[in-house]
Amino acid sequence: MAATAITPAPLQGQEVITPSIRSVTLTAKEKKYDRQLRLWAASGQQALEDANILLLNSGAGVVGIETLKNLILPGVGQFTIVDEANVRESDLGANFFLAEDGLGKSRAQEACNFLRELNPEVRGSGIRESTADFISDKNSLDPHTLILLVGPAKSETVQQLSKYASQRSIPLFYIHSVGFYSHFSVQLPDQFPCVDTHPEPETTEDLRLLEPWPELLNYMEVKTHDLGSLSDHEHGHIPYLLLLLYYLEEWKSSHDGRPPNGFPEKKAFRTLVEKATRTDNPEGGEENYEEAVKAVNKSLNPPEISSGLRQIFESEDCKRPNAKTANFWVIAHAIREFHSRHGVLPLPGTVPDMKAQSADYVQLQNIYKAKARKDLAEVVESVRTTEKDFMQDSKIDDREIEAFCKGAASVKLIKGRPLQIASSEPRELAWSDTAKSLCQELGDEGSLFPIYLAFMAYDGASPRDHETMKAYCNDTVACLQKQSGGSSIDVEDIQGRVEKFVAELVRAEGGELHNISALTGGMIAQEVIKVITKQYIPFDNTCVFDGIASKAGVFRV
Amino acid sequence: MAAAIDASLPNGVESSRKRWEYLESILTKGGPFTDPDSDLGQGTISRLEESKILVIGAGGLGCEILKNLALSGFKDIHVIDMDTIDVSNLNRQFLFREADVGKSKAAVAAAFIEKRVKGVKITPYNGKIQDKDEDYYVQFQLVICGLDSVEARRWINATLVGMVDQENQDSLKPLIDGGTEGFKGQSRVILPTISSCIECQLDLSPPRAAVPLCTLANIPRQPQHCIEWAKIIAWEEHRKGDVIDTDDPEHITWLYHKALDRAQEFKIPGVTYSLTQGVVKHIIPAIASTNAIIAASCCNEALKIVTGCNPFLQNYMQYTGDAGIYTFNMEFEQTPDCPVCGNLPKDLPVDPDSTLQELIESLGARAEAQLKKPTLRTESTSLYSQAPPSLEEQTRPNLEKSLRDLVADGEQIAASDPAFGIDFRFKIVYRS
Repeated sequence: MAATAITPAPLQGQEVITPSIRSVTLTAKEKKYDRQLRLWAASGQQALEDANILLLNSGAGVVGIETLKNLILPGVGQFTIVDEANVRESDLGANFFLAEDGLGKSRAQEACNFLRELNPEVRGSGIRESTADFISDKNSLDPHTLILLVGPAKSETVQQLSKYASQRSIPLFYIHSVGFYSHFSVQLPDQFPCVDTHPEPETTEDLRLLEPWPELLNYMEVKTHDLGSLSDHEHGHIPYLLLLLYYLEEWKSSHDGRPPNGFPEKKAFRTLVEKATRTDNPEGGEENYEEAVKAVNKSLNPPEISSGLRQIFESEDCKRPNAKTANFWVIAHAIREFHSRHGVLPLPGTVPDMKAQSADYVQLQNIYKAKARKDLAEVVESVRTTEKDFMQDSKIDDREIEAFCKGAASVKLIKGRPLQIASSEPRELAWSDTAKSLCQELGDEGSLFPIYLAFMAYDGASPRDHETMKAYCNDTVACLQKQSGGSSIDVEDIQGRVEKFVAELVRAEGGELHNISALTGGMIAQEVIKVITKQYIPFDNTCVFDGIASKAGVFRV
Repeated sequence: MAAAIDASLPNGVESSRKRWEYLESILTKGGPFTDPDSDLGQGTISRLEESKILVIGAGGLGCEILKNLALSGFKDIHVIDMDTIDVSNLNRQFLFREADVGKSKAAVAAAFIEKRVKGVKITPYNGKIQDKDEDYYVQFQLVICGLDSVEARRWINATLVGMVDQENQDSLKPLIDGGTEGFKGQSRVILPTISSCIECQLDLSPPRAAVPLCTLANIPRQPQHCIEWAKIIAWEEHRKGDVIDTDDPEHITWLYHKALDRAQEFKIPGVTYSLTQGVVKHIIPAIASTNAIIAASCCNEALKIVTGCNPFLQNYMQYTGDAGIYTFNMEFEQTPDCPVCGNLPKDLPVDPDSTLQELIESLGARAEAQLKKPTLRTESTSLYSQAPPSLEEQTRPNLEKSLRDLVADGEQIAASDPAFGIDFRFKIVYRS
């Protein structure tokens, strides 16, 4: 008789946790990158390793190199430095990645050699060429996934790169560092969705206590059945979520089925829960009841969606995706439909820690997880329907949909804008719809926005002396005011403040202070990492740093 | 021959001028924000070059700080660190290479900077800050800390505050402190006895809330609970006498397996090797870019303080980079009841019916105290002494007594702790 292969019956009942691999072997990479993998995980690391950064360097040239250092250390895939300068004596007093024996040699190549020592896994090259020459050959830009352009740059150069980046949908950073000030702007693709935003857990906690589902209510009833006769131990270990649900039912029965609404009612509800605490036990109170009382204010709010998500829901791509819309919109559309059907977002499925018996807590987690899976399945189905409507072969990865469902409450869409480019005629700059908010910004006495204007003058004014730059700034302010539809601003006051920043900029004579460039290189590297990994939320879209006040300012220009 | 030497001299001066021309344009003339009383010029440059700076920590922040100071024109820098280089440092501590793993951080960092930046002298000390006394600290103009330990910050803060002699201005050593976690960080400037000190701001860094022992022992819910159980309870049971070395992979693996077994028993998901390591070693995520921001901020303030080329930070800046870019600045005030720089005792609300033992335990967890091994005494008598053993034995019976029987409402007590060189004064306030 031939032996029949018998597949053992699957285990019934409880979910079994199988330890993945008992012997632990961390790869060399996991060991080296441990401290950053805790921030952006393997997926972020992969994105970083797939990136190819182009640095178009000029001026004193420190800030771009410091930025690269902070990208090479965490393991960016490749980098290229383009710089026409040779190493000068003054570089050695400001740039750490150059040394005496490099004097007179290509600054790009010398810096590249020292930078590569930082991480043997990163590939890099240095090219002695001017930015204008380098980009005149279109193909030379092609391999790069992100461009860092260091100012001062000619307006044609910035324009050309801005156009290229926008056609290719790749991020372009434009950077200045002079004396105690720095500036950087980013041109992101038209639509830059942030799904994996890593919000603080408390801010997005969704427990759906006002919209409970049958399984959750059932479990509440099981655990709170005959509450009075429970032992002190059992009574003191009912998870606070269930306590809130239980007392909500009690409240509703005497309030026409409505939950507590507004401050006075919530206060009364809190008192109701507080009074039900057992105090005749040895501890003289109960931690789970304390947790329940504390959670009343934040956990019993009707579901609301963030302004960022509302904006996404209201956009045309979300309402009516078509065959060409990106995955993001197809999923957003499905979640929008889910929200209009149920009035809530898909459940993220996480449960905060709370006083509870181990088994009860695990059971509660499973109830939330099961519901989250069910919600996800509904969204996935809706995505599949859309895909079918457009007769698309490629399916959106389930994991992408799951990530969106989990992060839905804090999803954000950044709309990239072309870089604002200085020209020799500041009165012709097109500020379009930002003119009004920027005028308002200028009116604020503590605003750092004038530093940005000073940097525009640094690019656009010739010669770069105090009087010419001051005049350039004044023209820019006038232009802004005009385009804002004649905002009532105190022009004289603004001119006075702008002039001080101009004077400080001129004081540096175009030189970089190492500290300011190192600091700015850190800021830019953080932003580059967020853009590449598509995690956290990048700035939008212009930032200045004031090294005298030790402050940063961010403006949408 | 002699002519050649003569000729090289002015050349050397000339090239040095050129080398520092960016910095000199800032240091030889003022700007619109510069204090009109500051005397910028060649004297400023000499002052910068002659000042002696101490850097505490040669890790993520420390490496950056050393580089930044060397390229800010400082010539005489000392650095203290007790650690050796680990492979997990290499993603941000850019002065170290794989071949340096196991060597002293301070020594390797100092040698690297000296080699790269000509004319700067870096003196490393491979040891603890507590090894040094006032005679050592008094030689510096300014101290910059890039530490990951609250305890070490408090120690140097108390030491520098204690060194201030109101008659002698040179005894006041500005302290600049940086710290990071993930995409966030902060820098602060402290003028001992004149502005808010680290102890005044202690509640900014509260101790991590400990999980109650009974939760670990009986009702774990989180993977972290299983790991803490393995560390505190399982280890004690199976490997008593063996001291946990958090850098020993065998120890971490053992704890991981114990935690995993316990998690399975309670059906708790989420115990991984990485999480085990994180919980056991209290790992804080760290990246190069955040260190760059905070270290440069600290050094920028150091340059402004020493040269007067622009006003310096008053007195705290927080950087947040995980959602957009945001800086928050604030001027902290000295707290009159600061145990280090204030002259009033700090109110200590207590339940008069609780025991001295309970009070001692609570001092470790209270954000404003954070004393792990306090010795307590009133003006007239010793309440509890951690050492020597004879005194400990003598005062031990007090532990069980209620506070009501030991100290009066409003009475002052002094607490000393082996981690700090000073006494903390408290005023007992009975909670009604």
